[in-house]
Amino acid sequence: MNPVLEILDLEVWRDEKLAVEVEHLSVNKGDVLAIIGPNGAGKSSLLLAIARLLKPRQGTICFNGFELNKRSDVEYRRHLGLVLQEPLLVDASVASNVAMGLRFRRIGRDVIKKRTDLWLERFGISHLRSRSACNLSGGEAQRVSLARAFAIQPNLLLLDEPFSALDAPTRINLLEDLHRILAETGTTTLFISHDLKEASQLANRMAILLNGRLRQQGTPEELYANPIEDDVRTFLGISEPN
Amino acid sequence: MDLIQTIFSDPEVWQITILSLKLSGLGTLISLFIGLPLGTLLGLGKFPGRSFLLSIMNTGMGLPPVVVGLAVALMLWRSGPLGSLHLIYTPTAIVIAQTIISAPVVTGLTAAALQQLNPRLRMQLLGLGANTTQMVAWMWWEARLSLLAALMAGFGSVISEVGASMMVGGNIRYQTRVLTTAIVLETGKGQFDLAIALGVWLVLLTFIVNLALTWIQQKGARS
Repeated sequence: MNPVLEILDLEVWRDEKLAVEVEHLSVNKGDVLAIIGPNGAGKSSLLLAIARLLKPRQGTICFNGFELNKRSDVEYRRHLGLVLQEPLLVDASVASNVAMGLRFRRIGRDVIKKRTDLWLERFGISHLRSRSACNLSGGEAQRVSLARAFAIQPNLLLLDEPFSALDAPTRINLLEDLHRILAETGTTTLFISHDLKEASQLANRMAILLNGRLRQQGTPEELYANPIEDDVRTFLGISEPN
Repeated sequence: MDLIQTIFSDPEVWQITILSLKLSGLGTLISLFIGLPLGTLLGLGKFPGRSFLLSIMNTGMGLPPVVVGLAVALMLWRSGPLGSLHLIYTPTAIVIAQTIISAPVVTGLTAAALQQLNPRLRMQLLGLGANTTQMVAWMWWEARLSLLAALMAGFGSVISEVGASMMVGGNIRYQTRVLTTAIVLETGKGQFDLAIALGVWLVLLTFIVNLALTWIQQKGARS
């Protein structure tokens, strides 16, 4: 079976500098893959390249076995859900924001209403449905952003540090809810984070990105048991073997 | 007070007022159709020469109407390249000149309005599956207050100009005489009272139009 996403020899450049290079990375159906690394490691550049919002200088990205260069970007993106660090909601009601991706796909009104209600409910924000998205707290806004992405029922969900701007109690609650929802839906997810704890809680696989290079990938247990090099070991916070 | 009564009871003043609103409204509308897409391209697009084009638009925002009038008059003059169209001293010539004055204002302010939005909003919309039209529509929605301000500035720049209308319209009674050219004429004749009354009427009219646009703008403001 083809992986949902497969990346080969990818190079992404930003401002004439190599931002990220990946020899090989694949995400299988149902995987929650966390790409972790310190700030400036190139994680967001990789995610934007996967979403075709940054054009790679070289390399291949295959989605469900098809090379992306051979399909339209809009058609491809309509299989994705994207949540960025900031919620980036538009000036409309919460329900309209959640329905936005569905409207872009010109889905029928009944289905839009049904799915909007469902995901407002699942993220515990049904009571906010008529409220303006401009009048939400940070945690509420990020819940709306997540509900908006899940309502699409994406084949691949891309999350770019969605908890980084939240305070600790809000982050813990949302992380628990997201963990539960990912387990219930089996949504294939690529999750960017610099927080090892967050990544370990959500992901069944992790990939470590350091200085723009993907250094090691595997299950959290594999990574902690066999870090390949010293810098990976240091990043994971594992002390030197005696 | 008598003078104001005279103005309102004079059918010629009403004809001039309606013509002024019609020509300036049409010029603004055409500049909106040019300025909105062009400003969007300049505000959101990335292509070689974009900064150069933006600086041309920004320069165009301060284009002296009399220079525009001169350029349009040269083009439309009987011996000019477009002389065969017989447009000089017609209302159409005024609309052309006013569009040239207003379009850079609408374009430049549209570009600035869209550049002020969070650049990641565009990525977010595309990432949710929006096509270019859907993305632009939402960006316009998010920038709607500034876009309405652009529209008001565009209208303001043409309803108040006199140089271009005078040069390409010729201030012909019942044909191309607008409020600003009428004020110039009355001043020239030494009819200062009438000129002042027409000036007050012009300011009041501009205020009423902008009041309506501001009302629409503020109704759409974020709560």
